[in-house]
Amino acid sequence: MAGLSIHNVTKSFGGTNALDDVSIDVADGEFLAVLGPSGCGKTTLLRLIAGFEEVTGGRVSIGGSVVSSTELNVPPERRRVGIVFQNYALWPHMSVAENIGYALKVARVGRAEREARVKGALALVNMEQYADRRPANLSGGQRQRVALARCLVAEPSLVLFDEPLANLDVHLRASMEDEFADFHKRTGTTILYITHDQAEAMALADRIAVMDHGRLMQLATPRELYHEPANEMVASFISQGMVLPADVLTDEKKGECKVKVLGQELVVRCRKGETPRRNARICCRASQIEAVTGKGEGFAGTITRAVYRGGAARVEFEPDGAPNTGLHFDQLDPVTFEAGGRARLRLTSGWLIPAAGVA
Amino acid sequence: MTVAFKERQGQQMALTVGIVVLIVVLSLLPMARLLQEVVLPGGRFSLDIIRSGLVDNTTWVATWNTVYVGLGGTLLALVLGVAVALLVSLSDVRQRQAFVLCFVTPLMIAPQVTALAWLQVFGPSSPMLDLLGMAPPLGTPNPLYSPEGIVLLLGIQYAPLVFLIVRAGLRKLPRELVEAAQSSGASWFRVLRTVILPLMTPSIVGAAALTFVSCVGNFGIPAFLGIPANYLVLPTLIYQRLAGGGPAVLSEVAFLSVLIGIIAMVGILLQDRIAKRRDFRITSTSLPAAPYRLGRWRIPVEIGMWLLIAFILVLPLIGLILTSLVRGYGVTLSADTATLENYRFVILEHAAAKRAFVNSLYLSATAAIFAVFVAIPLAYAIAWGKHRWVKALNLAIELPYALPGVVLAIASLLLFLKPMPITGIHIYNTVWIILYAYLARFLVLAVRPTITGYFQLDRALEEAAQVAGAGLFTRMRTIIFPLIAPAAIAGGLLIFMTALSELTVSALLWSSGSETIGVIIFSFEQGGDSKYAAAVSAIMVATTFLLMLLASLFANRLPDGVLPWRD
Repeated sequence: MAGLSIHNVTKSFGGTNALDDVSIDVADGEFLAVLGPSGCGKTTLLRLIAGFEEVTGGRVSIGGSVVSSTELNVPPERRRVGIVFQNYALWPHMSVAENIGYALKVARVGRAEREARVKGALALVNMEQYADRRPANLSGGQRQRVALARCLVAEPSLVLFDEPLANLDVHLRASMEDEFADFHKRTGTTILYITHDQAEAMALADRIAVMDHGRLMQLATPRELYHEPANEMVASFISQGMVLPADVLTDEKKGECKVKVLGQELVVRCRKGETPRRNARICCRASQIEAVTGKGEGFAGTITRAVYRGGAARVEFEPDGAPNTGLHFDQLDPVTFEAGGRARLRLTSGWLIPAAGVA
Repeated sequence: MTVAFKERQGQQMALTVGIVVLIVVLSLLPMARLLQEVVLPGGRFSLDIIRSGLVDNTTWVATWNTVYVGLGGTLLALVLGVAVALLVSLSDVRQRQAFVLCFVTPLMIAPQVTALAWLQVFGPSSPMLDLLGMAPPLGTPNPLYSPEGIVLLLGIQYAPLVFLIVRAGLRKLPRELVEAAQSSGASWFRVLRTVILPLMTPSIVGAAALTFVSCVGNFGIPAFLGIPANYLVLPTLIYQRLAGGGPAVLSEVAFLSVLIGIIAMVGILLQDRIAKRRDFRITSTSLPAAPYRLGRWRIPVEIGMWLLIAFILVLPLIGLILTSLVRGYGVTLSADTATLENYRFVILEHAAAKRAFVNSLYLSATAAIFAVFVAIPLAYAIAWGKHRWVKALNLAIELPYALPGVVLAIASLLLFLKPMPITGIHIYNTVWIILYAYLARFLVLAVRPTITGYFQLDRALEEAAQVAGAGLFTRMRTIIFPLIAPAAIAGGLLIFMTALSELTVSALLWSSGSETIGVIIFSFEQGGDSKYAAAVSAIMVATTFLLMLLASLFANRLPDGVLPWRD
């Protein structure tokens, strides 16, 4: 088993915790994305796993053996971990083939075998014809492919991706995403993928670990993150979810319960065992808001902004009773809402965010 | 796995130990020995040496003279350097690159060569004045043999230093700050006075401190210009005492060199105080401000700038070359009397001169090569190391260079006067003691550009090699060395150029058989053989130009600002 286990890891720099009691288990062959805003500690996590930083508390094991703990720190060169760096980190003084063959040369692999394996790695990323080029003469996407081949050639038990698409333009990103997914399917390598881009994480990962301020917020599949966020941070971070104050009115029954939100009574999905409570929060999506005509059930308020985005407008709305609760939803053509206008809306569904501490 | 693990840890340990040993041997040991001689002579605490130094009147006269020429030279260098930096950076003068090259060149030429060249321009035996029919009668003193002469030459020698530092500061000045002031209605001079100059305070004060330290520690210029007029500064006083009294006066001159060290330190501390008084930090980076249009003043300003070059560079060099061509003192130079005999004599005939060329070549090449190889791991520890003692490390390497050269020379003398313990090797009075002093003094010249190089290098390049399984030494050899070598080699070249005609250190450490080029020029001049001194100097200037050209050839592979004369 070549999985990765991060166990109660804490890392502090001069008193402040960059990572605070983080535990993540990555199964063998899993593609796990670590997602979070900048400064959330995801890069620190990667550097700890690679061995560039030492843990302050907890331990990291790769393939069942401990590599980082407070007593022991296996140096990066002994971890058999591959890294694809954000800025590729290709050595400018070596050709593409030399870059890829470096790890084998260091490991004193014989010349014939080395050449064969470099060739194989180049083929894997469709770069055979570029073996003798210098990195400076390659495009961004080509460089990233070389970097990928370089980390594969040593057959690492674990590959770490450090925001590998951040420096590429939008079109290239989509095609590299496909290549990464394809690569994972073919090789079955365990991958830990650091990113701040949700779409990227959703598209690629089996599971996503959302981090904020050095803490693990939720570790779940992309679907679960979207539909059942464990806390307010995840709810609002993923796809700009709206978090609204609500009172729970009934016990959970078949995964649903009744709540009162903005004066409207609504049935929302919830975790097992929820009971009535006040000051709860629900998460709802733009698609779960609709306009009501006449005096139907719902709540009135003012349109604060309406921005036409082609085919539909993004409408921002402030309910009368709760002036600091901004809602937003899309109105398809024909767009009728205008800033300053009055409207009546209702929620169609939502998710009851579990009470804090019941993660 | 544990064996391999230990081996890698061992490499890290070896690097650390190596660096610590180096710092101790090249920086801490000599400085400690010097202080011990002054305060703890013979192992017992005593203030006798300090007391006898303080009651000696010549100490006070020399100290006053040192401070006087130090401040004077600094002031002149500041005025010249800042003015030129402002013109070159902020106005639309043309031919900038060529001008900067010419303006910075005096810094590359050894001070004693500068002094010698200037002496040939004025004075009764000046072939140039003679050619123009303006030479004063033989026997009248050269006007440069005076404190004012020393101040003038110190100012010209170090104006490029001020220029380089202030220019670097001006390059970082964001144009928004200038444009904001302009759009508030301020005229260009007002912007200069109220925005640009205040923001440049750290650069200007830093340059002033560095120049002051350099002026105070300069030996070549006061030796050539001051000794004939019996105007002594501390470095020349030390030289004279030591030349007259030998090792017997070592503790006495140790006190004097500590005194110079203290004067230099005061300069540095004062700079620190001023720089911390206000917040001068510039937060944003952007394009440089649009150049100020000089309009109809452009041509006059450009003429003025090139006249300056003619005055500080061309004139003395012509003087030097003309003197190197004369047959003898007082012989009028003409196409008929010009001769290359002086060059032939110093290269082929004069035994000590021939030795000096070989010695200086070996010394500076060895020092440069050693520094390149040491600078790469050393700068690695400083730039990329995680440890806290790294800052102290940097300071320790800067110390032998920051303090005037005489300080290190005297410290080396004290350290090696007796045979070394255990090995019994005795390097006093050999060429090796000069090599030791060169290594200690000039190492920082290679370390600085190498550190800059590391900061411009993406650390991920090393980390990528690390995750590929490469240990520290393998990474050093295969990744770091090839990438950082150009910067380190450029530093090595600076060392080579500086050490080749160095005088301050070798004047105090040389012995018969271990003469250096600097010493030879000095002794020719002292013996009245200006023509030979000029010939050797002319060869050195030509060598310097060649080396500058050589370094410029691979300039585009170097980090910015490594070659001082490249704009």
